[in-house]
Amino acid sequence: MDALKTTLPYIISGISVGGQYALIAIGYTMVYGILRLINFAHGDVFMVAGLIMVYLAASVPLYVAIPLMILLTVLLGFTIERVAYKPLRTAPRMSVMISAIGVSYLLQNLALYITGGLNKNYPAIPWISDRITLFGMETSRVTVITPFLTILLVVLLVLLINHTKIGMAMRAVSRDFETSQLMGIQINRVISATFIIGTFLAAVGSVLFFTNYPGVVPTSGAMPGLKAFVAAVFGGIGSIPGAVIGAFIIGICESVIKGLDTILIVNGAISEQIGLATFSDAFTFVLLIVILVFKPTGLFGEKSTDKV
Amino acid sequence: MKKILSLTLALIMVFALCSVGTAYADNPVVKIGVFEPQSGDNGAGGKQEVLGMQYANVLTPTVEIDGVEYDVELVYADNASSNDKAPTAAQTLISSGVSLVLGSYGSGVSIAASDTFDAAGVPAIGVTCTNPQVTAGCDVYFRICFLDPFQGTVLANFAKNELGASKAYCLAKQGDDYSGGLCNYFIEAFGKENCVYEQFPEGTSDYSTYITNAQNQGCDVFFSPVSTEAAAQIIAKADTQALGMPILAGDTWDSNVILQAAKGTDVKICVTTFYQEGADAEFDAGIKEWINNDATALANNGGNDELAAVTVMGFDAYYVALEALKAAGSTDPADVLEVLPDVSYEGVTGAIAFDDIGDALRDSAFVKECNTETGVWDFVSVATVG
Amino acid sequence: MIETKNRKSAWIAFLSVLCFLALVFGLDQLIKPTDKLGMLLIVLQKGSVYALAAVSMNLLNGYTGLFSLGHAGFMLLGAYTYAIFTIPDKNRDAVYQYFDAAIRFSIPEQLSKSMGGFGTALGILIALLLAGLVAAVLAWLIGLPVLRLKSDYLAIATLGFAEIIRAVFQWSKLGPVTNGSNLLKNFARASKFKLEIAGMKLSLSTFVPVLIATVSITLIVLLVNSTYGRAFKAIRDDEVAAEAMGINLARHKMIAFVTSSFFAGIAGATLAMVLSIAQANNFKSAMTYEILLMVVLGGIGSITGSVIGSLLFVAASEWWLRGLDSGKFLGIEAPTVFRNGFRLVVFSVIIMIVVLFFRKGIMGEKELPDLFRKKKKAPEKGEQS
Repeated sequence: MDALKTTLPYIISGISVGGQYALIAIGYTMVYGILRLINFAHGDVFMVAGLIMVYLAASVPLYVAIPLMILLTVLLGFTIERVAYKPLRTAPRMSVMISAIGVSYLLQNLALYITGGLNKNYPAIPWISDRITLFGMETSRVTVITPFLTILLVVLLVLLINHTKIGMAMRAVSRDFETSQLMGIQINRVISATFIIGTFLAAVGSVLFFTNYPGVVPTSGAMPGLKAFVAAVFGGIGSIPGAVIGAFIIGICESVIKGLDTILIVNGAISEQIGLATFSDAFTFVLLIVILVFKPTGLFGEKSTDKV
Repeated sequence: MKKILSLTLALIMVFALCSVGTAYADNPVVKIGVFEPQSGDNGAGGKQEVLGMQYANVLTPTVEIDGVEYDVELVYADNASSNDKAPTAAQTLISSGVSLVLGSYGSGVSIAASDTFDAAGVPAIGVTCTNPQVTAGCDVYFRICFLDPFQGTVLANFAKNELGASKAYCLAKQGDDYSGGLCNYFIEAFGKENCVYEQFPEGTSDYSTYITNAQNQGCDVFFSPVSTEAAAQIIAKADTQALGMPILAGDTWDSNVILQAAKGTDVKICVTTFYQEGADAEFDAGIKEWINNDATALANNGGNDELAAVTVMGFDAYYVALEALKAAGSTDPADVLEVLPDVSYEGVTGAIAFDDIGDALRDSAFVKECNTETGVWDFVSVATVG
Repeated sequence: MIETKNRKSAWIAFLSVLCFLALVFGLDQLIKPTDKLGMLLIVLQKGSVYALAAVSMNLLNGYTGLFSLGHAGFMLLGAYTYAIFTIPDKNRDAVYQYFDAAIRFSIPEQLSKSMGGFGTALGILIALLLAGLVAAVLAWLIGLPVLRLKSDYLAIATLGFAEIIRAVFQWSKLGPVTNGSNLLKNFARASKFKLEIAGMKLSLSTFVPVLIATVSITLIVLLVNSTYGRAFKAIRDDEVAAEAMGINLARHKMIAFVTSSFFAGIAGATLAMVLSIAQANNFKSAMTYEILLMVVLGGIGSITGSVIGSLLFVAASEWWLRGLDSGKFLGIEAPTVFRNGFRLVVFSVIIMIVVLFFRKGIMGEKELPDLFRKKKKAPEKGEQS
C-alpha cells in the first residue's frame, strides 16, 4: 500500500483531536497567564459539560440543549472560580493548586455518584456526526469541521483580546497583576471573564470531542485536560496561538503513535507488532519534559505573541 | 476552628460505628456476599449479573440449613472494576460475616481478591470470571462458567471455519485479565503468525485508530472481547469508518448494551455465551416481569428487559450457593468450603459441578449473532471443542 | 519547637511508639479477618502505608517547598521491584502466564535455603531496601534536569515522569520482566506473614507493614531534625536567603528529592505487600492527588499531621463512611440518596472545606508533642473562618 494512504487517516484524526485539545488548552493558558494557576479542574469541567449534555438531550430538543449546556458549563466555571479560587487570592500558589486538585476530585466523584459509575452515551448530533467519505476514507463530518471551527473561534478570541476593553484589561493583568490593580482595573471582573471564556471554549470542545468519541465517564476529562495543559506549556504558556499549535502537534503525534506499529509494518520497516501504542499518552509528557528542560518558555517565547 | 472540625469528625465516626450492625428479628440470617463491580468499566455488566442474584433472592428468600429456616441476605461490595479496590471490597464482605461470596464479573478483580478470601478462609464462587488464574492455585475460589482456553478456542474455530477468516485483529484492554487472557488463548488457537494483537490503555476514548489499524493490516475478523463500555464505542466507530469485517467477542458482549449500539448499523457481530434467551421460556417470562416491575432493576438492566447471559449466570450462582449452605448444614465459611467441591446443581444454564481445581465442568458454548435490524440476538450454533 | 526537644521527650516519643507497636501486635493476634473489626486491621495496614507515602511527600512538598506530583511513579517502581524479586520460583510461570519470565530469582527464597525463616525475613527486608534504592536512583536521574524548574513547572514535569514510568512498565516488550500490563501476584505478601514460636502461630500480617512504616517515618523525623532538615526549611522559606547563608541549593534539593523517592519506593513495596497484588495501572496520578490531599488534611509541614491525616483518610473512605454507599448511615435509611458513590462525594466536600477554610489542616505546622506543651502555644494566624 502507498505510504501516504496508510498514514493519512491517522493524521486527519490527529488534527481533529488536536482541535479539540486546543479548545481546552486555551482555558488553561488564559488562566495561567493571569493567575499563574494550573487549573487542574478544567479537564473535569469539560467532562461535566459532556454529562450535562447527556442529561439535557434526554429531556429537551438539541437546539435548546446545546446553548443551555454551554450556559450551565460557563456558570460552573464561574462558580468554581468564585468559590474555590477567589478566597485563596492572597494564599501561596501551592494552596490554590491544591484547591484546584480538590475541585477536580470533587467533580469526578460527583459525576461518579450521579452516573452511578456507568458510561453515558453522548447524544448523536445530526449532520455533524454523519458519515462522509474523504480522500477515499470513511470518517464522520465532525472530524473535518473541528479544525476549522477551532481556528475560527481562536481568531475571534484574538480579536476580542486585541480590540476590546476587557481584552485590554486582560492583557494588562497578565503583564502585571498588582500594577493593573493600582490602575483601577477590576481584577475580579477580569478573572471571571477569563474563566467564562475558558469554560465556554471547553464546552464547545466537549461537543466536538464527545460527538467523535461518544462515551462520557467520570475520568473522561482527566487525560484530555492534562494533554491540553501540556499543549499550553508546549506552545508557551500565556500564548493563545502557541497553545493552539501545541495542541495540534500533540494531537497528531498521539494519533500517529497509536498507529505507528501498523504504519511501520505496512511499509515493511518491522515485521511484527512492537506495542508502541502503549506510549501514545506518555509521548505527550516526553514532549513536555523536553521543552521544559531546553526551552522553558515554550515554542513561542513570551514577547512575540499575545499574552493573556 | 480546628477543634470544632476534629470534634465533628470524631462524632461522625462514633455514630458510624454505632450504626454498624443493627439486626432485624424473626428468622436467623445467613449472609451471602456479592462481590461485583457497580461502577467503573465493568459497572454495567456487574449490575446485570447482580440482577440475577436479586431475582433469585426474591423467588427464594429463605434457605433451610440444618433444620432451621434462615433468611438470605445479600451483602454488596463494589469492587469498582479496579484491581486495587478489590482486596478491600473483599475484606468488607468478609468482616460483615458472610458465609460465602458470589462474583465477580471480570477476572482481574477476582484474581486480585483471591488472596484476601484465601487468608480468611471464605469460599467464593466466580460467576463469569473466565480466566484460568482465578481458580488456579487458590483453594477457596470456585466458578460456574467455562474458561478462556475453551472459549478462545471456540471463537478461533468459529472465525476460521464459519467466517472463513485468515487474518485476525485482536484488541484487548491493557492490564485487563479478561480481554488479555481471552485474546491470548484465541491467538494460540488461531495461529500467532496470523494475528495482529494490540492493547489500548485505560481511559481510551479514541478507538478509531485501532479500527484503521485493522483495516490497514488487511485483517478479516476483528476480535475484541473488551468491556461493554468500550464495545459500544468500537461498534459506533466501526460503523462510521466502514470496518468491513465481522466483529467477534466473548461472553461479556452478550448484553443489551451491544444490541442497542449495533441496532441500525451495518456491523456484523458474533459472540459466544452461556445462555440463549428462550431456552427456558418460563424463567425468561418470570425474570422479565420482575425487571419490568422494578424501576431500579430496569435501570440496572439498561432500560429494557433484554436478558444478558450474565444475569442468568448470577441467578444460577445464587442457587449453587444455597445448595452449598444446605449441604454444609452450617453458616460457617469453613464448613461451606469443605462441602463446596461436591456441590452440584441443575441450573437454567445447564448442569453445574466442579472439577478438582474448582472449575465448572462445562463443554459447550452458544454462538449468537446480533440482528442489527431488530436489535436482538439470533442463535447461530452450539459450539464444543474436541 | 521540635528541634529543641530534649532528651526526656525523645524517650517519651520512643516509648509511645513502642507501645503503639505492641498494641498493633496484640490486635493482630486478637482480631481475625472474619470478625466485625477485621476492617480495623485493613485500615491499619493501608493507613500505615499511606502514612509513609504522605510523610515522604511532605518531606518534599511541606519541608523543602518542592511541589512534586510524581509520587505514584516512585511507588510503582518500589512495588514492582519488591514484587519481581520475591515471587517464589514455583509460582513464577503461573504469574507470567503470557511471557517467559526473565528474572527468576526470589531473594527471600534463596536466603531461606541457607538460613530458614530468618533468611526469608532478611530477604524481604533486602527486597524492600532494593525497592527504595531503585526509586531513589531513578529519582536522582530525573532530578538532574527537573529540579531546576520553578514550582508549578516542577509539579507538571514530575507528574509527566510518573506517567512515562507507568507507560514503560506496561509495555508488552518488557513483559518478561514486568509481566506487561498484567498484575503481579503470589509474591511475599502480608497476609502470609506468620511467626511460629513454640508451636504458637502468631500472625504478623498487620504488624509488619505498620513496623516498616513506623521505622521509615522515624528515619524521616531524624532527617528533618538534623542540619539537613533545617536547610530544607530554609530553602522552603526563602531560596535566595538560603543560598546567601551558604546552603547549596542544588545539592539539598536533590537530597530531599532522592530521600523522598526512596521512602515512596518503600511505601509502594509495602502497598504491594498489603494488597498482595501489584499492577502499573493502579499507580495513576489520581493516587498522587489522594496522597497530596492526605498531606493537606493533616497539615503541610507536620509529620504527625500527615500520619493522622492518612489514617483518617483511609479509615473514613474504606470503613466509616461505607454506610453512605449502601443505603444506611447513622441509622438513617435513604437508599435513593445513600447509593454508590455518595461516600466519595461527602468525602471530597469535607476535603474542599479543609482546603478552603482550614488551610492549615488538622495540625498546621505543629507536631503532636507540641500540643502537650502549654506555654509555647503559638497564635493561630492566617486562618480564615
